[in-house]
Amino acid sequence: MERKDDFQKRRAHLAGLSEEELEQRFWELTGKLVDPMVDLARTHTTPSIERSVLLRMGFSSLEAKAIVERTIDHGLIGKGAGHVVYKVSQSEHLDIREAGLKLAAGELWARAEQNFAEKKGTKNDRGGQNE
Amino acid sequence: MNSEQKPLQAKEKLDIEYILQDLEDYRPRRRGWTWRPGRGQPRKIGEFEYYETSEPLTQSTPLPAAHYFQDIDPQPGPVITTEIASGRFEDDIRRMRMAAWHGADHLMVIRTAGQSHMDGLIEGTPQGVGGVPITRKQVRAQRKALDLIEDEVGRPINYHSYVSGISGPEIAVMFAEEGVNGAHQDPQYNVLYRNVNMVRSFVDAAVAKKIMAWADMAQIDGAHNANATAREAWKVMPELMVQHGINAMFSVKVGMKKENICLSTVPPTAPPAPCMRMDLPYAVALRELFREYKMRAQQNTKYMTSSAREATVTHTLNLLISELTSADIQSTITPDEGRNVPWHIYNVEGSDTAKQAFLGMDGLNEMVSLRRKDGPLADNVRELKERAVLFLEEMLESGGYFQAVEQGFFVDSGRYPERNGDGIARKIDGGVGPGEIYERDEDYMAPVTAHFGYNNLGQYGVEDKVEDREDSKKGPSSLIGGSTFEDPDKIIFIDELDEEDNVHTRLEQTPNLRNSSNVKPEMEWQGDGIVLLTLFLPAEKRTAEFTAIEIGRRMGLEDVEVIHSEIMQPAEGTRIELKGRFNQVIDTSQLEIPPAPEILSEEEIRAEVKAKPLKVVAGTVGNDEHSVGLREIIDIKHGGLEGFGIQCHYLGTSVPLEKLVDAAIEIEADAILASTIISHYDIHYQHMKRLHELCVEKGIRDRIILVSGGTQVSPELAVEQGVDAGFGRGTKGIHVATFLVKRRKELSKGTIGRD
Repeated sequence: MERKDDFQKRRAHLAGLSEEELEQRFWELTGKLVDPMVDLARTHTTPSIERSVLLRMGFSSLEAKAIVERTIDHGLIGKGAGHVVYKVSQSEHLDIREAGLKLAAGELWARAEQNFAEKKGTKNDRGGQNE
Repeated sequence: MNSEQKPLQAKEKLDIEYILQDLEDYRPRRRGWTWRPGRGQPRKIGEFEYYETSEPLTQSTPLPAAHYFQDIDPQPGPVITTEIASGRFEDDIRRMRMAAWHGADHLMVIRTAGQSHMDGLIEGTPQGVGGVPITRKQVRAQRKALDLIEDEVGRPINYHSYVSGISGPEIAVMFAEEGVNGAHQDPQYNVLYRNVNMVRSFVDAAVAKKIMAWADMAQIDGAHNANATAREAWKVMPELMVQHGINAMFSVKVGMKKENICLSTVPPTAPPAPCMRMDLPYAVALRELFREYKMRAQQNTKYMTSSAREATVTHTLNLLISELTSADIQSTITPDEGRNVPWHIYNVEGSDTAKQAFLGMDGLNEMVSLRRKDGPLADNVRELKERAVLFLEEMLESGGYFQAVEQGFFVDSGRYPERNGDGIARKIDGGVGPGEIYERDEDYMAPVTAHFGYNNLGQYGVEDKVEDREDSKKGPSSLIGGSTFEDPDKIIFIDELDEEDNVHTRLEQTPNLRNSSNVKPEMEWQGDGIVLLTLFLPAEKRTAEFTAIEIGRRMGLEDVEVIHSEIMQPAEGTRIELKGRFNQVIDTSQLEIPPAPEILSEEEIRAEVKAKPLKVVAGTVGNDEHSVGLREIIDIKHGGLEGFGIQCHYLGTSVPLEKLVDAAIEIEADAILASTIISHYDIHYQHMKRLHELCVEKGIRDRIILVSGGTQVSPELAVEQGVDAGFGRGTKGIHVATFLVKRRKELSKGTIGRD
């Protein structure tokens, strides 16, 4: 898009604002612009985010990559890759690292899927303590 | 775990092998950013009062001219940044140490080309291109080295790299674990310049920023890149304010403290444009609009050429803007960035330029203030703010940020609301990684600290309210007995993945240059052999460039290249800067290096002279009209003998030897200083010999000190002619004064026998 500088025409509605009001307007508009993006971030995840969770759980970058790839392949990324590992460690009575390493190696995925299928019955029970 | 680190010794080289030892056990000593202690407290340093300095260092290298001011090295208030990334992090560590000694306390590592498109962390220590592959091992080694360096200089050093690209959240985790203190993070940078899918970029950024906030890291945004990319940089100022605003607001909304959010701002233009008049209103507008945030003042790179001198002047003008407005972090650009990957010496130069300019301007604002209320500054500031607001209004009208980017709002060269239709447009479903965004299910859960966004911990009876570090054990990670943020022993350290491309194989190429007396020139990497030559060639530019290359070859240099040329006058000649490789190693143990002359302190000399006055007779002898050298030795304004209270009777040039000796007898001088510049047929040594003989003949040789000096004088040969000392090129007044005082003492004690 090409356009000549029509600043004088466009600024008419700003002319009466004090400089303080002008600055307030800047921040108000900025807030409006970023709000939808913050919401999007709140409700979505990505492979990098999930790998960052696994790193914090004590997996190496290589292990995290393998687990996240398999989590996506099994359609469980919406649950959280760390969540998948956590549940398997609970259901199989393994520590977190053992569970994750097995999952990284391609083991226990049927169990992982089953863990979340069982959960489906209580899906709406969010405990009221989110975020 | 790191309690027993071996401290650095000022006169010993840093041991890279030691740094690489036991890295798997290294733990960072702290997290978070550190501002300079004691900033803005008035302090007396040397003879002067300063208003804007911070605490001095315990060890440092002062500015060259500090020599005239008792070697003081005041430290300015802002944190000073230098960017060091030669591709080999092991060599960068030594450069970091040099920069720290010159006053840099924010050491930034640029990433290797292409890292922002790498899916996941890089491991090991591969060599980089235009930067360093940022890996856990590399970060850990540099942080460990910086711990030692900060102890050595006595000030905390902030370590910094980039949290961007398609692995931002993972890099943020690694940085938080490894004690990295600051990072660039700006999703707009990914979108506009790295073509990462825009939705993915913002989703990732929220998690990365939350982690950075937990680790108390300083964040630097990427808005200055619009300045470097736009065709006419001074026109994008309204957009720059919008970009700063978006990243700042987004960061605050995901939980970052405003005082950790730094705006990366660059004075947009440079001479010969009347840059101050354009850059200053922008600097003022930005600092007013973002008064709650921090300013990271970067220097202009857009209009850099291969002239290091020109870059230094532009940067000094940029520093004037920092002084007149404000800078919390003063970044520096190496003045050679316009011609090559920065060299060691230019990181030091850039840091010194900032230090020098700030010290020179210390307290300027006590005397000078900006005319803010009316006039062109006021008008321009107001106009910039209005243009930025109009930009935001139109973005919202277009449907929001993503739609505005699709429509090419950003990096358009028009001065908004003017549009030239040359902005960078990206598709909402385009770029790298668009298909990799997943909605979190209702039972989505992540059992870790500092996770941003929806996290259904309630299903396991845990609260996700914990923000601060002390309490994080009770937070989400309690489900797994603590994450790596609470329990660093859980971090899995990968050493190397590539048997060939790693630091150990690189170090094997240069063992002869470490812990030995061997020396080879170096600009970037150990043993690179690079030398820089400055030449003037009386030839037109193109001829001069090719002549210079031939000269370099005949000097035995390899890979000879002209890196800068400047016309002095189209016909009369060209200034050339030439680089090449000197591929030989000098074994310094084979050199005959005479011991350095011993120098008394100025105070000691003055005390000796005050206690017992010292008189000298001086002149240039023979048929010799050179006077400059001797005058420099004598004159008070050159730090010469007079400055120490020594009485100097200067007889001028072409003085007969007899006249010198007679004058010495007449005034009862303690010494004769004979300057001998002309050296054809060794006439200078003949003069020395005759001077000695004359003094013997007149019977004063046993109570007079004879000193001879000149550019061609060898101290050893001078003494052989019978004088007491000879001084050659590079001699200063203090060297001669030291000698005179010491010699007089020896004579009075009668410890020196004479023939």
